[in-house]
Amino acid sequence: MTKFVQLLLQTLTLGSLYALIALGYTLVYGILRFINFAHSDVVTFGAWVAFAIAGALGWAGTGSPVFAMPVVMILAMAASAALGFTIERLAYRPLRKAPRLNVLITAIGVSLLLQNAGQLHALFGKDPVKMPRLLSEAPLFKVASVQVPWVDVALVVLTVALVIGLQWLVFRTKLGQAMRAVSWSEQTAALMGVPVDKVVSITFMIGSALAAAGGVLYGLKYRQLNQTADALWMLLGLKAFVAAVVGGIGNVRGAVLGAVLIAFIEVFGAGYVSSKLPDLFVFGVLIVMLLFRPAGLLGTATVEKV
Amino acid sequence: MTALLEVDNLHVAYGGIQALRGVSFAVEEGQVITLIGANGAGKTTTLRAISGLVKPTQGNVRFAGKSLLGVAPHRIVARGLSHAPEGRGIFANLSVEENLDIGAYLRTDKAGIAKDREHALTLFPRLRERLQQNAGTLSGGEQQMLAIARALLARPRLLLLDEPSLGLAPQIVALIFQIVKQIAKEGTTILLVEQNAHMALKVADVGHVLEVGTLVKTGPASELAADDAIRKAYLGVH
Ligand SMILES: Nc1ncnc2c1ncn2[C@@H]1O[C@H](COP(=O)(O)OP(=O)(O)OP(=O)(O)O)[C@@H](O)[C@H]1O
Ligand SMILES: [Mg+2]
Repeated sequence: MTKFVQLLLQTLTLGSLYALIALGYTLVYGILRFINFAHSDVVTFGAWVAFAIAGALGWAGTGSPVFAMPVVMILAMAASAALGFTIERLAYRPLRKAPRLNVLITAIGVSLLLQNAGQLHALFGKDPVKMPRLLSEAPLFKVASVQVPWVDVALVVLTVALVIGLQWLVFRTKLGQAMRAVSWSEQTAALMGVPVDKVVSITFMIGSALAAAGGVLYGLKYRQLNQTADALWMLLGLKAFVAAVVGGIGNVRGAVLGAVLIAFIEVFGAGYVSSKLPDLFVFGVLIVMLLFRPAGLLGTATVEKV
Repeated sequence: MTALLEVDNLHVAYGGIQALRGVSFAVEEGQVITLIGANGAGKTTTLRAISGLVKPTQGNVRFAGKSLLGVAPHRIVARGLSHAPEGRGIFANLSVEENLDIGAYLRTDKAGIAKDREHALTLFPRLRERLQQNAGTLSGGEQQMLAIARALLARPRLLLLDEPSLGLAPQIVALIFQIVKQIAKEGTTILLVEQNAHMALKVADVGHVLEVGTLVKTGPASELAADDAIRKAYLGVH
């Protein structure tokens, strides 16, 4: 029972992490029909920039004030939103009408640039660092003799709040309506007076801010931040991407569902089947999904826009 | 007095293909102008150049005295020009109601929007019964009604309509044209592109005939409808 509860908790936290990242892939795909391969690097950036901000504000050690974590979180999300805005503006917008393959290659280029620039001494450097705690070390509560730490609760609660907020934005606001219209047809949306470029920019900023939230929470939970080109970051992004595809890319609810499913398979696969092969299960699910339900769990089969 | 819309020596090329080769015409406020021509003549291209979707290589478009060159499409809407595109361009992932909302995207006058929405739904009562329905599930005729209603919600001074009769049964076409007439009577200036020259010349004041990128004939609609060459080429009379 203890083990089961423990795995369930792990599934929830990991699923939340994947969901935050998967939403960025799905938002951008939903609106522009392309996979932003540099998205996982925005997650990395978010985590590292949070580390830098915490240091700059003097919260690198223990005993930081209670508001340290929200302040660092908001600043990191804002910085990443600015990064997302810049990437779209400089790298992707000039290619808006170019073939998708060109954009894809550009995205890989942007990803490599961020990974390598991050290692510069002036930025984050080449050595792994320890993320400051920012949250209390004491467990918040106990379920079936499993201690639930603050960071896990923060991860799940914040993710749920952000997902609800995003869902509200997309389906209940004028901006969300414009996002969905642009997603269907940029040109027709423009003919209706929708400022398409602005809507695309905002979408990138939202996706990047969510990515940063994922990156910061990752740092707070696992504590170690590897250098920006480390494969670990890529694997994190890749699994979130798998979650977005499994859930139905372009679908907000699907991304969350896919994230929880992928986390469940990874955690319970490692816990009950084999601790050596969790990634194999994750990518196995991807392959099965692509074979039998290529549109994903909640995706609707649509003809690819060319 | 200058015309509401002035199209002056418009040239448009798609890559190597020259689609428009110097098209000039004017639309006076309160008129219904029609642009007729065969497939590929450049009718859609003319409208797309006016509403900023394609950049002309040469020439100018002026609306209410101001040039539209280099103005982004959504800013052109803000100036009072609304374009119901060829193929209707319904947002099939949105409800009928949301499609109408998007039509009024740039407006902030809540009361005015509500009034115009009410009016559009009076013109097209079928839409009222289907407000919550996904717009993608509407019939072709209903989608065309929605496209026109949505364009009207921007409260345009000039309405561009690209082949509203496309793929519709004769009865629906008659209904749509009747409403186009009504909209014109209420004071909206209309530039109507049609392959259905017969219907178009019935509602229009002035007609222009476009052939491979140039205007070959211009005149009062009734005269064009009586013109032998036009009757042969576009009205299926032999
Ligand atoms: N996006 C495009 N790329 C390349 N060529 C194009 C494009 N759009 C239109 N053309 C070409 O420009 C010419 C004019 O096309 P346009 O769509 O304006 O004609 P049209 O009069 O509206 O025809 P239809 O009655 O069939 O709608 C055609 O030769 C067409 O092939
Ligand atoms: Mg056309």
